[in-house]
Amino acid sequence: MTSTRPWWKTALGVVFTALMLFPVYWMVNVSLTRTSDLRADPPHWFPWDPTLEGYRAVLAQQLPALGTSLLVGLGCVVLTVLIAAPAGYAIALLHLRGARTLNFLLLVAQMIPAVVMAMGFYAIYVRLGLLNTVGGLIVADSTIAVPFGVLLYTAFMSGIPRELLQAARVDGAGPWRTFVAVVLPVSRNSTVTVALFAFLWAWSDFIFASTLNRNGSLVPITLGIYNYIGNNTTQWNAIMATAVVASVPAAVLLVLAQRFVAAGVTAGAVKD
Amino acid sequence: MTTLPTAVGTRESTGGAAGTTPAAPSGRRRRRGPNASQWTAVGFATPLLAYLVLFYAYPLWRNVDLSLHDYTIRAFVQGNPEFVGLDNFADVFASSTFPAALWNTAVFTLVSIAFQFTIGLALAVFFRSGFRLSAILRALFLVPWLLPLIVSSSTWAWMLNSDNGIVNSVLESFGVGQINWLTSPDTALLAVTIANIWLGIPFNLVILYSGLQNIPGEVYEAASLDGAGAWRQFRSITLPLLRPVSAITILLGLIYTLKVVDVIWIMTTGGPGNASTTFAVWSYREAFGTGQPDFSPAAAVGNILILVALVFGFLHLQLQRRQEAS
Repeated sequence: MTSTRPWWKTALGVVFTALMLFPVYWMVNVSLTRTSDLRADPPHWFPWDPTLEGYRAVLAQQLPALGTSLLVGLGCVVLTVLIAAPAGYAIALLHLRGARTLNFLLLVAQMIPAVVMAMGFYAIYVRLGLLNTVGGLIVADSTIAVPFGVLLYTAFMSGIPRELLQAARVDGAGPWRTFVAVVLPVSRNSTVTVALFAFLWAWSDFIFASTLNRNGSLVPITLGIYNYIGNNTTQWNAIMATAVVASVPAAVLLVLAQRFVAAGVTAGAVKD
Repeated sequence: MTTLPTAVGTRESTGGAAGTTPAAPSGRRRRRGPNASQWTAVGFATPLLAYLVLFYAYPLWRNVDLSLHDYTIRAFVQGNPEFVGLDNFADVFASSTFPAALWNTAVFTLVSIAFQFTIGLALAVFFRSGFRLSAILRALFLVPWLLPLIVSSSTWAWMLNSDNGIVNSVLESFGVGQINWLTSPDTALLAVTIANIWLGIPFNLVILYSGLQNIPGEVYEAASLDGAGAWRQFRSITLPLLRPVSAITILLGLIYTLKVVDVIWIMTTGGPGNASTTFAVWSYREAFGTGQPDFSPAAAVGNILILVALVFGFLHLQLQRRQEAS
């Protein structure tokens, strides 16, 4: 860190950021462009004459899809935390035998391509009649987040001071009470990070949605956009408006929880 | 983009060492032997173990099953597919799509990683110098990574549109003729690679940036006292000290890029022809992309991908061990 903080670096940084975010700007720009101007040559660089027709189309057609995505995301969060938090406790603090093997399995689990999982789930769901159900989608989407959640909880809980657990034990708390009254509250930040990513991944999922839920009556918003692209390639303002709306959770997370996001990205890749 | 943030498996050592201390005073529990506390541990891990068996092992097993049988649609419904052994794998290797997919996967992965990493590292070094607004700008760089893939992919698809895309419009003002980015077999792979590079930069930036922060500032101060310039410092301090983090970043990038389906599928569906078909996209297309689902070859391709993932999994573990040892 230099003591002199030159402005030219800030200027350069702004230029880089602007270049990087140009596609995002373009998405917003197109979403506000009139249908008649979409094919203008050269394209309008700025929505001088903005229209909300794209957003009206979103409101008219995509509200159920947004609701479905919200439901799937929240379901995924609950499922992930319910499974990951106790598992992290067992591995980090209860000295579960075979923890090393389990860690390795979780690592490998994260590397399995989603398309492979999708085929397996499809073959199972087709028999059980779970295709095109929200519950089925929640379970499939949670496979993205559960290994991550366990590894994150494990890493954090290993750092909990032993004195804290000892004190709880002296007070007569069993493993369950220690977990609920000490470990979980202390791990609140990890829970936020895990929940955040579980939601975001479920919300953004396309592969599971497009394979396990494509004919469902309740399709998530990613599929809503995809079907849009397939059906009317002329209405790119409506497609981009839907894309803007679908990006809202990401934007909210970035503003409200940036440090949790950074924590999640770097978890484990870098030794603290 | 689903990246693979993976927690370090380091803490066993700390956990194990500290574990002996708190276990001792809890007299009653201790007397019942290690079994009782072990049962508690298993109890807490049971949801996860059940989950892994039901929702990981079982689908994967079904996938292997698919690849060893000849699942036609009818067999799928009736449940009496013919066992064909490794025929599906033989078909996959003999298929004319195989060399194309191999080439595309290699190019897509290697080019993506090379650029993501280089740009990410350059930006990380740039941001580390700490200037006004740098924290906010760095946070904004995360945006592409947080957006749903369908959002960024469809935005890129429209930007690269042949007739109305902004990219061609800008290029035309420089006198470049119209490029059919997504519809020409010469540029389709390039187009999806560009989009994928853009998607991967934030991840590389964030990880490499936090890796840089772990390099003590005194090292740089000492170097600059010795008269080392910025480039010299980068070559002799940053690169060597960042090597463990770089290795993991690149490996995670490899694993992620190998499984990419969304970006390519949404932008080009792997086409035109097989021009941008990678293994993952090939698998997706066989199973779900056409009106005629053909699960058996798709599962065979998928299983090849898993083998590759396993190899990288072991590599990752080795790297982590080495990083912990250092």
